Amino acid sequence: MRHLKLMGTTALAALIGITPALAQVAELGTPEGKLNIVAWPGYIERGETVADFDWVTKFEEATGCMVQVKTANTSDEMVALMNEGGFDLVTASGDASLRLVAGERVQPINLSLVPSWDTVDDRLKNAPWYVVDGVHYGVPYQWGPNVLMYNTEVFGDSPPTSWNVVFEEMDLPDGKTNKGRVQAYDGPIHIADAAQYLMFHKPELGITSPYELNADQYKEALDLLRVQRTLTARYWHDAFIQMDDFRNEGMAASGTWPFQVNLLQADGVPVASVIPQEGATGWADTTMMHVNAENTTCAYLWIEHTLSSNLQADLSVWFGANPVVPAACTDGRGMQTAEGCTKNGFDDFERIRFWTTPVTKCESQGECVPYYRWVSDYIGVIGGR
Amino acid sequence: MSLTAEPSRIAQPARAILPTRGLGDRISALFWRHPNVLLITLLALPLVWLVVVYLGSLAALLLQSFYSIDEFSGQIRREFTLSTYGELLQPANLDIIIRTVAMSAAVTLGAVVIAFPIAYFAARYAKGHWKALFYLGVMLPLWSSYLVKVYAWKLILAREGIITWATDGIGASAVLNGILALPVIGGNSLSTSYIGTWLVFLYVWLPYMILPMQAALERVPQSMLEASADLGASCWQTLRTVIFPLALPGIIAGSIFTFSLTMGDYIIPQIVGSSRRFIGQAVYQLQGTAGNIPLAAAFAVVPIVIMLIYLTIARRKGAFDAL
Repeated sequence: MRHLKLMGTTALAALIGITPALAQVAELGTPEGKLNIVAWPGYIERGETVADFDWVTKFEEATGCMVQVKTANTSDEMVALMNEGGFDLVTASGDASLRLVAGERVQPINLSLVPSWDTVDDRLKNAPWYVVDGVHYGVPYQWGPNVLMYNTEVFGDSPPTSWNVVFEEMDLPDGKTNKGRVQAYDGPIHIADAAQYLMFHKPELGITSPYELNADQYKEALDLLRVQRTLTARYWHDAFIQMDDFRNEGMAASGTWPFQVNLLQADGVPVASVIPQEGATGWADTTMMHVNAENTTCAYLWIEHTLSSNLQADLSVWFGANPVVPAACTDGRGMQTAEGCTKNGFDDFERIRFWTTPVTKCESQGECVPYYRWVSDYIGVIGGR
Repeated sequence: MSLTAEPSRIAQPARAILPTRGLGDRISALFWRHPNVLLITLLALPLVWLVVVYLGSLAALLLQSFYSIDEFSGQIRREFTLSTYGELLQPANLDIIIRTVAMSAAVTLGAVVIAFPIAYFAARYAKGHWKALFYLGVMLPLWSSYLVKVYAWKLILAREGIITWATDGIGASAVLNGILALPVIGGNSLSTSYIGTWLVFLYVWLPYMILPMQAALERVPQSMLEASADLGASCWQTLRTVIFPLALPGIIAGSIFTFSLTMGDYIIPQIVGSSRRFIGQAVYQLQGTAGNIPLAAAFAVVPIVIMLIYLTIARRKGAFDAL
């Protein structure tokens, strides 16, 4: 979730040429008795927050590998921790993962040592955010879309079908304008959401990826966001502040994560979410192994555990995310159900454009606007420029 | 061997007269003979802290601000240039600076107006229990978490919060809506407008204004007020020509706190306000997620420069005379 929150990265990340394949583990030894993981908060739960959500204890009992978790709040922190060393695994997001590969901080994974690899979603098996030159630098961990949340009392029987409710001024089904009643994400990556909207509504711009924009496409996206600024009372930055705004500020619609939707619904707030016709942006995380990992056997056992245990199902419930093993939605290994997966966007994979770092040298059109410009320009847009 | 052992046996009786000089004695003698050694020993650690950690990081910051980011590759060019400072003059960035300085000034003015009567009461009239109550009242907010206070204010100011509820209850919602309809400072609700940000800043930094102000007002001699009254000055004249000038150093000292704290804060405008950036937020975002450290450093230099100017003026006005 938080990957998008502060997706730290430099354009440097993807500019650096990709490294040669490093040595990988050939066979497993005896478990080392411990395992150190860098993870997003809430990603590795041992029943201490809520007793039902525990996907560590059984692993420790079965393998004798005691799991130590170091949480990191931003991708920057994750990369920094991995650079320092002393960790075996990291749950890296789309922005951090390629940086880690480029910086030679992670090692290729020997998939023959991960028996459950075959159960991984085919749609993720060769995803570009962790597979470089055909080499797998990790194993998918979890993914999710950025959905459009709306207030069901405002929209009534006609839920929104397009992102236009947050991009263009209009009257909502309750007869009042959307001005001051919509929100948008506070991070510069939100420019990609605008670009995706333009991809659908202005095909003549020729946008092929919302993360690869040339100067003209970029300008159009910013213009759209300037309109959005006039509609937006406050941009959301912290998930809990956004939830508070839907409770107390009369918010009608906003892009958000399934996490907030689930929590608000559990609290009885009249909200629901859709993935509109234009599609949505999203995030996908990968378990990666440090190049100097000390506890490789435990690490491989953990990777196998992430795919084969209740982890995929329960984590997806806990986080409002999607399992990378499709069977976890239905086979009852955890709390997740087919309806739950559908709600979290599992069937909408094709309509989701996963987050990657905008870089200058882009695949689709040679030269694109890099991420650091996204940051300074988005500050300007929010400031009313 | 026997020859060398001999003198030591002879020397021994002398020790009976003077006690053995241990390490401690010798060190203390050294300090006695060379007082500077003592001074350096005592100051070495704090000095290392001040120079290396504190000023060192500031110098590193300053250095970074003279680098620039390569337009094409996004990498940092480690060559001396002023172009990063030039970027500060771009409209969007200038907006951030003006916004922050204006907010700091508004918060400081508001704090002076509200704090003066409170500080005056505490300095001149409060005695015994009342004085204790005053200190408790001023200090209490400082003991609770900053974040808790800010989140509480977000709820208070929310569109469906207690203020809206209360104004509706007394039929004054037209007044509230009128205030929110004001250009620039108004907004969708109090918690998404500059007014809200200002109120929260004011609440959070007010104690830092009250306390120095009260200390200054307590130093105003009673005899001067009596002399002023004897000479026929009205209350207003006494306040304007006697109390205020004498309390000015305290007011300026307080304003240094409120001004600089507002300039550097990046959490309040993120939680309460319209998401328009302040300097602190811009620094946070530029260095953390964008990797544009030169511009972040240049932004960070702005409050330093403004505060240096401010402190120079404050010194001329005698704010530090009591130090």
